[in-house]
This record gives sequence, C-alpha cells and structure tokens, in this order.
Amino acid sequence: MAAGLHESTIHELQEKLRRGDVTASEITEAVFSRIEAVDGRIKSFITIMRDSAAACARRADEAIRAGKAGPLTGIPIAVKDIMCTKGVRTTCGSRILENFFPPYDATVVRKLKEGGAVIVGKTNMDEFAMGSSTETSFYGITRNPWDLGRIPGGSSGGSAAAVAAGECIASLGSDTGGSIRQPASLCGVVGMKPTYGRVSRYGLIAFASSLDQIGPFTRDAEDCAILLNAICGYDPLDSTSVPVETPDYRSFVGKDIKGWKFGVPREYLIEGIDPEVAGLMEESIGVLESLGAERVDISLPHTEYCVAVYYVIAPAEASSNLARYDGVKYGYRSPDARDLIEMYRKSRSEGFGAEVKRRIMIGTYALSSGYYDAYYKKASQVRTLIKRDFEEAFRKCDVIVTPTAPTAAFRIGEKTDDPLQMYLSDIFTISANLAGIPGISTPCGYTGKGLPVGLQLLAGHFQEGKLIQAASALERNAKFEKRRPAL
Amino acid sequence: MKLTKAEVEYVAALARLEFSEEEKEKFTSQLNSILDYMDMLNRVDTSGVVPETHAITLRNAFRDDVVWKSLEPEEAIKNAPEERGSCFRVPRVIE
Repeated sequence: MAAGLHESTIHELQEKLRRGDVTASEITEAVFSRIEAVDGRIKSFITIMRDSAAACARRADEAIRAGKAGPLTGIPIAVKDIMCTKGVRTTCGSRILENFFPPYDATVVRKLKEGGAVIVGKTNMDEFAMGSSTETSFYGITRNPWDLGRIPGGSSGGSAAAVAAGECIASLGSDTGGSIRQPASLCGVVGMKPTYGRVSRYGLIAFASSLDQIGPFTRDAEDCAILLNAICGYDPLDSTSVPVETPDYRSFVGKDIKGWKFGVPREYLIEGIDPEVAGLMEESIGVLESLGAERVDISLPHTEYCVAVYYVIAPAEASSNLARYDGVKYGYRSPDARDLIEMYRKSRSEGFGAEVKRRIMIGTYALSSGYYDAYYKKASQVRTLIKRDFEEAFRKCDVIVTPTAPTAAFRIGEKTDDPLQMYLSDIFTISANLAGIPGISTPCGYTGKGLPVGLQLLAGHFQEGKLIQAASALERNAKFEKRRPAL
Repeated sequence: MKLTKAEVEYVAALARLEFSEEEKEKFTSQLNSILDYMDMLNRVDTSGVVPETHAITLRNAFRDDVVWKSLEPEEAIKNAPEERGSCFRVPRVIE
C-alpha cells in the first residue's frame, strides 16, 4: 500500500513538490484531516494551528512556483510546547503558563519559519519536560498510537506520537535526560539529541540548562539529517551554542560503515533489560556485522551512577530556573494572596503540578546550606567521571550501541505512583546528556505484542554525522518489515 | 530517614511552595526514598576530581556593548497577570 501524504517522509514530499505532483496546501490539508480523524484518541497536541498553517502552506506554494523552495518548504512540522512561538500560546505543559503568549520566536522556530516549514501545532509534553511518560501534563495525557492503553514515552511524548500517527511529517522535541530518544523508541520513530551546544536553546523554556538540547523526530534517518541541517548552528543569542562548523548531515545518508567499530558497553546488559529488547538489539548488531562493521566490548564503569547524578543535577538546575515563575510578569497568579510572599507561594503551589514540585524540592534541598557538597558537588564530580568514561570508550570504537529504553511502552498509570521507577526508565539515555554527546534512537523491530523498540547509537561530541550514517545503514538493511500503527 | 517533616517544611519555605498535611507526608516519604537512592554516590571515590558543570568546554561569549532594539513596553507587559500603565502590579510591599 502506498503511503498517504500524511505518512510520507520529508524527502519523498520534497520530490513530489519539486515535480509538481502535489501542492503544499494539499499536504497540509492531508495532515489536518488526519489530525481531525485521530487526535481525539491520541491527544498529541495542546494547540492546533490550522489557520496559520493554511496561510503558511499557500505562501510555500508561491515560493515553490517562484523557484525559491528550501528543503523544508511546505513540510508540516509540529513543535513541542516548550519552544516559544510568537503570539501562539506556549504552556510547557503547565498550568502556570496557561495564558502565556510569547512575544518572540525561539531560534529553532524562526529557522523553521524562514525555511518555509508549515508549523501545524504545539505538542503535549510532561510538565516542564519533567517526566518519561507525558502523564504529568496539565493538559491531559497523550496515548501511544501503537496501543492506546499505553504511554508514548516522554517528556516529548506529543511530538513522538504525532509523527508516529501521521499528524505531522516531522517534529521538534527537547531532550534533558532522554526526552527525545525514549519516546522515539516507544513510538517507533527516529529521534535525535544533538551534541550540547549544536542547536540554539534561545526560546526553549529552561528545565536543566547544562543538559537541555533541542532535536528532531522523523520517520527515517534522512529526514533526521534534513531537519538537523535546518535547526543547527551557532546563535549569538545562546551563549552556550558552540561556534563550530556544521556539515551537511544529508551527505552521511547511505554511506557504508565497513570497518567501523561498534562498542557495546557491558554495564548496559545487566540492568534488567526486557529480553525481547535485548534480542532486538542483538539482531541489529548482527546487521551491522553483516555490513562489515566490528563489535567491540567496551566498559562505561560509572553507568550505575548516572540516574543518581542526573536526579541531583537536573532538579538543582530546575529549582533555580523555575524560580522565575512568581506570578509577577507573566504566568499564573493566585487570586487570593494578601501580600507579596503569599502571592509567590500560592501562585507557585497552585500553578505547578506534583512532579515539578517534587523536583523543585529535591533541587532546593540539594543546593541548600550544608548539603551542597554532599549532593550537588558530589554529583558534579561523578559527572566528570562519567564524561571520562565516554572519552575512554570512544578511543576504542566509532559508535556505542545500547537499547534506548529497557522496555517497550508501559501502561498508562503503571509508574505514576513510584517516581523512582519512572526515573529508571531513562537509565540508558541520561548519560549522553551528562557527557554532552549526541545520541539517536532508531527503530529496531517490534515486541511480540507489536510494540516498537528503538536502538540507541551514541557518538563523540559533534559527531552527529556518524549517527546519521549508522542509523541509515541499519534502516536500509533492517531484517524487519516496517509497520504503521493501526488507528 | 534523612528528611523529617519539619525539614520538608523548611525546604518548601525556601522554594516558595506550600503543601497540605497529606502532601507533606507523601513528599517526606518520596523524597526520602529518592535521597536514599542517591546515597550510592558516596561509594564513588571523587577525591581530586574537578566537578563538571558543562559538558562542552566553553569560552565566555563576549559581545560588543551596543544598543539594539528591545521589546516595546506594551509587548513586555502583555502577559502580565495585573498591570497599571506600563508597570507590573503586585500586592502592597511597604506598609
């Protein structure tokens, strides 16, 4: 069966638009029909931007007729509701930003617009990106398109589900501890967290500033390269973005990986991975070997400490970043406060949900007088050791291979009462954020129940090209038949 | 137990948050189990290890001190929960 317009990839649509087989308005119309048909069940979106998208598609068609089309012209793209969109409500999944209309665009949003992309809407997410299941959103839960009783992963669950369900062609998410890669894995799509500093964070609502990074969700590695090309690069408005050269990532698609060394960290194989997930990973490694790559045994000795380090550092940074929500300049203000301090306290207590408060509490405690050395400083030191582990490992291999998540999608409500169990679902993804390295999750098959499973590939700083190359090689030589969720 | 209910109340005050009695109980137990988990960090010998605060080596990003266009006051005030003129309005601070 030929894919419908809404199920196509960016590069397929580019080709169709170039040949004049289809117009941007038709593609956008197909995507909105799909949203209308399925979003009532999935709820990928907090805000749907139908009118502005239609206008944008018309402009894209004019640009195409004038011969001025760029790689994203006329492509419907969804954006996680953590990135500021000028004049379009941006909630971050929180009640506290229920009525926030940013006066400016995030740099990535500006780049999408300048590239002619059609922004279709703002996707659902865990509140302030704190979660692994998109269950902590104030705007309701998003369901996994492969099984509506299950979570889509998180925190960028809406962006992952929207791509999987054909509600957009590609989307943007943000990844602080796995928030792009884990939902990509659980929804059967490609998701990349670029190197820290590769993509500007200007206009990305801050969660943990030393870990946050924006990245693409797409249907294949080539689309991932196209979208990364569009959003990456130095930005003077983000002083942590890095002024290094950005290659054309699309040039890595389809190149062979003969002679490459793929490192399998032995510490990752003992952490209670679902045997089906481990089996699918082994199958992928077999594919890599059949393409002339070599499997090497590596060690990341501080792996077991990653979750603990992360859950000190991320909440500490969050407690500081979220201090700005005080009900003064923007955001929710409690109506019944008599003085200023009470206004802060009530606005924050009524505006934030339980998980956000839990993390503000952990972070505030970890930074408070007398505990700073024991928690924040100690965690930052172990972070150094984790980063060194990777430097050591990349002397022995080109790319590291791991499962993206220990299991396929879990059931809605399964882990909501046990924060620690929820945190452990990020066990394989967190280390890349701590070390600042890029990682990609690419589909590697399905469980017996028909749920998608992702494989994670990690590379050294600024080596996103290698990830595109390896993911595209795996994709083209996959042993499994690609499926679509039955909706 | 690392954290008592009284300490939870103290940290909540620092963070400008308030909780019901029931929430306090729940948070005390949840925060304690999270802090217990973090104890594993004490098994790592970190003597002489420099703490990492950013994964990428960064140089300070200086720029020239030039005036550029900033938000117009009416734009800046647009999201205010309460305003008067071009100012943000808050409850009285001084008696």
